[in-house]
Amino acid sequence: MYPWIWRHLPGGTATKAVTALALVIGVCALLLFVVFPWMEPRLPFNDVTVGG
Amino acid sequence: MRGTQSTSAQSRWRTVARSIGEVLVTGGLVVLLFVVYELFVTDVLTDRTQDQLKDELRQGWTAEAEVPPVPRVSILGDAFAVLHIPRLGADYEQVVLEGTAEEQLAQGPGHYEGTALPGEQGNVALAGHRVGNGSPFLDLDRLRPGDPIVIETADRWFVYRVLGDPAMGDFTTDPSGIPGQQIVRPSDVQVISPTPNGAQDDPPSGAYLTLTTCHPKYSARQRLIIHAGLEGAGLTKTEMPDGPPALRES
Repeated sequence: MYPWIWRHLPGGTATKAVTALALVIGVCALLLFVVFPWMEPRLPFNDVTVGG
Repeated sequence: MRGTQSTSAQSRWRTVARSIGEVLVTGGLVVLLFVVYELFVTDVLTDRTQDQLKDELRQGWTAEAEVPPVPRVSILGDAFAVLHIPRLGADYEQVVLEGTAEEQLAQGPGHYEGTALPGEQGNVALAGHRVGNGSPFLDLDRLRPGDPIVIETADRWFVYRVLGDPAMGDFTTDPSGIPGQQIVRPSDVQVISPTPNGAQDDPPSGAYLTLTTCHPKYSARQRLIIHAGLEGAGLTKTEMPDGPPALRES
């Protein structure tokens, strides 16, 4: 998977490295600010109420 | 010919095995990132929301003071009070919202709908996160019998004290028979009854405050419950602009 992405990134090694870093940051931001907040209420381990 | 075929089959298997490994490692990293999110990022997000809510609430209260006060009814999702617990820090302030769905709890402690409002007879029941989302109720287990829990509303301060025997530090020997602290199962809904641990439809025997959160830390197996009783009547903000003396106990 990662070698495939690396091969398909355009430009030389330096450009590829910068693009790859940007991709990693983008994926982390997507997880932290979109996926996790959506997922959190659906998980059982942070329930603080009684009778719910 | 035969040799070339087996080499290409080998390299194909190698690619498959490597891809599976990459997916597993990536999955592990995502789970780690989720832990970081729960423990740190939710705190940052909730702190920001709390600051904003505090500003809005205080501004609203100032504006309201100029018109005659009307009996307050909370609307779901509304911030309506500020909780102070001096034992957890002189600057411990949490804006309380109406409702206990995740939407409210992600912003701060939530007030169980249908339970009493601050100062009323009955049981003011609040739920809050133990870990994450600002961890408002992380250290509820540090509360001792007699500790003040102060609720600030638009025009009044209400001082509740954790039940039990302050001299002996014993939660279980309160004259009311209600323990100051207990650990219960998630299904034990009678802790937020009008009289804590009483029947849900019985009339209240006094004015109480109940805080619920998960227990142990990082788990949702049980609930940590704190019960407190109202001390005297509410003090108006015109009498006590800086809050009751109980706020400065610690």
